[in-house]
Amino acid sequence: MLAQLRRAGIVAVAVVALVGLWELYHWIWATAGWTWPFTVNDTSMPHIWTIFKAFGQPAQVNQPSLINVLLHKTAFTAKEAAVGFGIGAVIGFVLAVVLVHSRLLQRGFLPYIVVSQTVPILAIAPMVVVWVNPKLPAPLQGWGAVAVIATYLTFFPVTINTLRGLQAADPRALELMRTYAATRWSVLWKVRVPSSLPYLFSALRLSATASVVGAIIGELPTGLQNGLGGAIFNFNEYYSIEPQELWATDVIAAFLGIAFFVLVVVAEKAIVRRAPENVA
Amino acid sequence: MSVVEIKGVTKTFAHGNVTALENIELELQPGEFVSLIGPSGCGKSTLLRVIGDLTPPTRGSVTVNGKPAPRARKDGDYGIVFQDSVLFDWRTVAKNIALPLEMLGWDRERRKTRVDEMLDLVELRSFADHHPWQLSGGMQQRVSIARALSFEPALLLMDEPFGALDEMTRERLNLELLSIWEKLGSTVVFVTHSISEAVFLSTRVVVMSPRPGRIAGVVDIDLPTPRTAETRYTPRFFELVTKVRELLRSRGEHLLPEEEELLEADR
Repeated sequence: MLAQLRRAGIVAVAVVALVGLWELYHWIWATAGWTWPFTVNDTSMPHIWTIFKAFGQPAQVNQPSLINVLLHKTAFTAKEAAVGFGIGAVIGFVLAVVLVHSRLLQRGFLPYIVVSQTVPILAIAPMVVVWVNPKLPAPLQGWGAVAVIATYLTFFPVTINTLRGLQAADPRALELMRTYAATRWSVLWKVRVPSSLPYLFSALRLSATASVVGAIIGELPTGLQNGLGGAIFNFNEYYSIEPQELWATDVIAAFLGIAFFVLVVVAEKAIVRRAPENVA
Repeated sequence: MSVVEIKGVTKTFAHGNVTALENIELELQPGEFVSLIGPSGCGKSTLLRVIGDLTPPTRGSVTVNGKPAPRARKDGDYGIVFQDSVLFDWRTVAKNIALPLEMLGWDRERRKTRVDEMLDLVELRSFADHHPWQLSGGMQQRVSIARALSFEPALLLMDEPFGALDEMTRERLNLELLSIWEKLGSTVVFVTHSISEAVFLSTRVVVMSPRPGRIAGVVDIDLPTPRTAETRYTPRFFELVTKVRELLRSRGEHLLPEEEELLEADR
């Protein structure tokens, strides 16, 4: 209890310190008139209170408040990211399981899997939309294609890390299973998968945030207006007049990423049983 | 019928033309406790692995329970204990012991009954729900023994099971192992590099010499049973220890300096 209070205290102090630094930087640069690395004014660096005040005000006349609008868009983007994350994690895991059982497939496929991630997501997103969207049933139209893009960013870390984890099984444990004449299936589920869990979860932590980024970026070429990507694209247009709205949207997007990350950490704590010294 | 029959077994490792075992002949009768002892590189662990079909022999044949070794392995004819306990961190003590039983397709009820019996046997009943990392090294090795014996294999293979433990724990576990062996009557192959441990536990000690790995001699251990902590102080125990040591020394020209040291340390 005391430790939790302490931790909450540290977080609060860090947040206050960050806000302080932001405002201090703003004040020094604005007063001194320094232009390096960029000119500081209320457009390039709006005040923290301006950004938070923006949440309460409507973005457009006769509309609900910005926070209201943003929360709806966040829910939409979260749906895309969650579906993409789920599918990506399953594909990534299955791919790793297949690859660990065949050195030949590993040699043949792994390089292409790596190459797939060197192509910028922004370059692929339009193609995915063109290919995938027409095939989707009506309820999935639009956001389904974005989920596929999020999948694309999610599966890779899962495959690579899980593969490493599956291979990291103690050779003695594998030998022990051999003395039981265990099937590949038993070896997989009773030894390889449990010993890969810490690796899998460190991949899922990466993928959780990557899937949110993938969903936001995926919304741009789709032209979807219901999510955070659309909102960012929109507010970007009006940045010179009302910068605080883009900043406010960014804050919400960051919170969405953090929420995904925290969910994975909580799941990991619940599932992975390890010797205390082995906990990452 | 003998439990283990080793005929003309030779094992060479492809890299570097190392002959780990040369023309090994050995037969184990039911209920025997046979120790394999020798300096490092004498092939004692390799021989154990050949018996368990974890390493195939280059030449020769191994039969276990009258079957070729691979068949015996698939039939679950032996249990094995390694130097490190190889327990699964993510399983409780009870679940670790149940692992081979799950593999054999035993139902939950039957598994639980047997696991409880095994926990009583190694006196770890109150630790059933602990995780391996909550136990001492000696306790972990007792769990490992319970796991190896859980499906009542005819043969127990032990590869320096107490090698990583301190002397006090080792001697206590020696006594425990003997009482388990007397209770179950299984046949044991026990690899060790401790002369006193080999003599104390065994009905026969097989002394091996290195490069190439051969059987230098076999010493019948005629110490009375049941053996107790006092057995180690009897004159007969010292005589037998000396006999084994002399067999090891007679092959001294094959020993490397650090192996000499090992033998000295054992004295």
